[in-house]
Amino acid sequence: MLKRRDVIKSGAAAATVAGLGLKGAPAIAQAWPSRPITMVVPWGAGGGTDQTARIVGTLLEKEFGQPVNVVNRTGGSGVVGHSAIATAAADGYTIGMITVEIGMMHWQGLTDLKGTSYTPLALMNADPPGVQVKADSPYKSVKDLVAAIKANPGKLKGSGTGQGGIWHVALAGWLQAIGLKADDVPWVPSNGAAPAMQDLAAGGIDVVTCSVPEARAMIDAGKARSLAVMSPQRNPAFPNVPTLKEELGTDWTLAAWRGIAAPKGVPAAVTDRIVPALKRAHDSATFKDFMNQRGFGMVWGEPAAFAKHMADDDAKMGVVMKALGIAKT
Amino acid sequence: MTVDTLLAALGLIADPQVLIVILFASAFGLFVGAMPGLTATMATALLVPITFFMPPIPALAAIVTASAMAIFAGDIPGALLRIPGTPASAAYADEAYAMTLKGQAGTALGAGVVFSAFGGIFGTVVLVTAAPALAEVALAFSSFEYFWLVCLGLSCAVLIAQDSAIKGMLALFLGLAAALIGLENPAAVPRLTFGTTELMGGIDMIQAMIGMFAIAEVLRAVAATGTRLPPPRAVTGAIFAGQWELMKKYPVQALRGSSIGTLIGALPGAGADIAAWITYATSKRFSKEPEKFGQGHVEGIVEAGAANNAAVSGAWIPALVFGIPGDSITAIVIGVLYLKNVIPGPTLFLNQPQTVTALFVIFFLANLVMIPFGWLAVKSARRILAVPREVLMPIVLMFCIVGAFAVTNSPFGVGVMLAFGLLGFVMEENGFPVAPVILGLVLGPMLEQHFVTSMIKADGMLLGFFKRPIAAALGVVTLLVWGSMIWRGLRALVRKAA
Repeated sequence: MLKRRDVIKSGAAAATVAGLGLKGAPAIAQAWPSRPITMVVPWGAGGGTDQTARIVGTLLEKEFGQPVNVVNRTGGSGVVGHSAIATAAADGYTIGMITVEIGMMHWQGLTDLKGTSYTPLALMNADPPGVQVKADSPYKSVKDLVAAIKANPGKLKGSGTGQGGIWHVALAGWLQAIGLKADDVPWVPSNGAAPAMQDLAAGGIDVVTCSVPEARAMIDAGKARSLAVMSPQRNPAFPNVPTLKEELGTDWTLAAWRGIAAPKGVPAAVTDRIVPALKRAHDSATFKDFMNQRGFGMVWGEPAAFAKHMADDDAKMGVVMKALGIAKT
Repeated sequence: MTVDTLLAALGLIADPQVLIVILFASAFGLFVGAMPGLTATMATALLVPITFFMPPIPALAAIVTASAMAIFAGDIPGALLRIPGTPASAAYADEAYAMTLKGQAGTALGAGVVFSAFGGIFGTVVLVTAAPALAEVALAFSSFEYFWLVCLGLSCAVLIAQDSAIKGMLALFLGLAAALIGLENPAAVPRLTFGTTELMGGIDMIQAMIGMFAIAEVLRAVAATGTRLPPPRAVTGAIFAGQWELMKKYPVQALRGSSIGTLIGALPGAGADIAAWITYATSKRFSKEPEKFGQGHVEGIVEAGAANNAAVSGAWIPALVFGIPGDSITAIVIGVLYLKNVIPGPTLFLNQPQTVTALFVIFFLANLVMIPFGWLAVKSARRILAVPREVLMPIVLMFCIVGAFAVTNSPFGVGVMLAFGLLGFVMEENGFPVAPVILGLVLGPMLEQHFVTSMIKADGMLLGFFKRPIAAALGVVTLLVWGSMIWRGLRALVRKAA
């Protein structure tokens, strides 16, 4: 099945390349890509990262006239897939979508990989978390919530992802930023945001910090409310939800991001072609429609900015994860 | 269910891809079911690699259709060879063969088709009405309630283990132990990974299941090389003529079989095979002419034939609502659902009502097309049964390897599958059931997750498991089940000593 599709695609690819040749594209750029590109995704098929990677893959296919095959290498909370990208041949034929976890896993001692283990290509997306409570919760604003946490440290329980995951850091870092202890809201590990939101609606936990697209279904169903977002600006999809800065004056922000990276040491001939192509993909109407439809936040970061973003993020994660006692290094 | 969701669901199904998938899955399911040794669970496991290339709805359509068809088709070699095609037909294979000897093969297989469809539709009606209602209740479930539900599910697996509770329990603990491997546990600490990145992902349940249900059968076929099936008997007598009379004669039997079948299907750990054994027995017990059973009497076939297909539908109730599989087929289904990002649980009914409704419609469709397709299968039975195993088994092996590789895109996955295949083969050769291993593998992470999170929420107080009313009730039921199991065990010990 795959084979036939590839044959059709390479037929189409040959036609496109021939067309480009007539227009007289530069000779160096012609050399790469001359065969299909593999894009590794460290998370499961159908999830947010996978969907984003697939749309980027489709757009790159149009750019290069070569098939871009998305391969899901799942498991180990992202470690397996991130290793697969870092250890692939640095010939430009294997790229991957790396996620915020790359700045977190090494603190936990799960891997030696960091953001610096890759050739950063482009930051494509970032989703800040909201602070969600049950629809009939007594806390009407994030100030009410903070007062309750201060009155009874340890009583309210939070959830949103696994132990030491991005939303755990979001909650703990926020508490630290407003002068509370990182574990004043004990973390209840969950298998992702959806089960945490369900448990919130069921009254099993009190607060869920997870991204807006993840919380949306329960908010729209009238079973949960969002009190604030941890981003510099309000979310256009929820204009009535204030930012933490507006409510509490804190500068704490965080976001789960996704970007495209290649193994370390990819030749400049490749990056010179792929980075502008990614920029065009990011600015295309197809990508915008796709991201807006799902409520995913769009950001653009060219390689240097992406590298700096990863370094800043990494340092921020280290501080909070050490305070939580989950950092090993 | 609103009209909008129903229309949206019908729109999803009216896709020609879905209809073509149903067509091919029917043929596939009938073939696999009719081949002795190839089971409905295996049909589902073999479909996994193919469903990789499909959107969620056709993927589910393929599984629903193939499993329903396979359960019916298991009746065919039972009647013509006295060898049940799947374990679900074992309960009445002798009876059907006795009818064939009396020249009533057509009636026996016709009853198989008609009452399989009847049971399947009955089970579906229960699924359609009970699942959304249960989901509404389950929305209020927190980790405390889930912890007890998982405990009940695991206990059922041992309680129902037919031959030996000890062997069932050992198999279950083997599955639970395998579920410990990896990083995906509440503390997010790597366990039993021996420093390898691959094992951090844990044991993938689909790879394990393909191994246990398909590779084990390939190994059995290798061990039995050279033995051939005897030539099947011809189908004599009309197939559909007289079925309406049977329906009028045995309405109670059909309804009783369907109800018990649905219920047994919904219980975790028990599936179509146990449903058929139990209902064949109830049919005999309550029959006006029990002396005719075993002599080629259709009454038991009506009841048990309806029951095994009802169980297939019933098993989806806990699978969709709680993510707890009702049988080994739905254990695979849960894996496929996760792959397709259709996360089972009460929120599924809230977030993707059109997917759930489409699934329900597919259930009705599959059980309706069973009647014409079943007829075709019966008519071509002798050709199907003539396919040599030497040709079939290498194809099965190839599908298994492709499927196991496709789950994680790694050769390591193929190794996992082969290891579990070998394990399954050795276990079954020594009388250990393999279904509890799978249940342990699926429910193990849930058990740990819900226990640990509950303890955190309750600040370490065990009494927290009884504080919420539904949790308390479920907890008491679980403790009663455990108590009765211990009591039975002790009494058996005392009797042995005396």
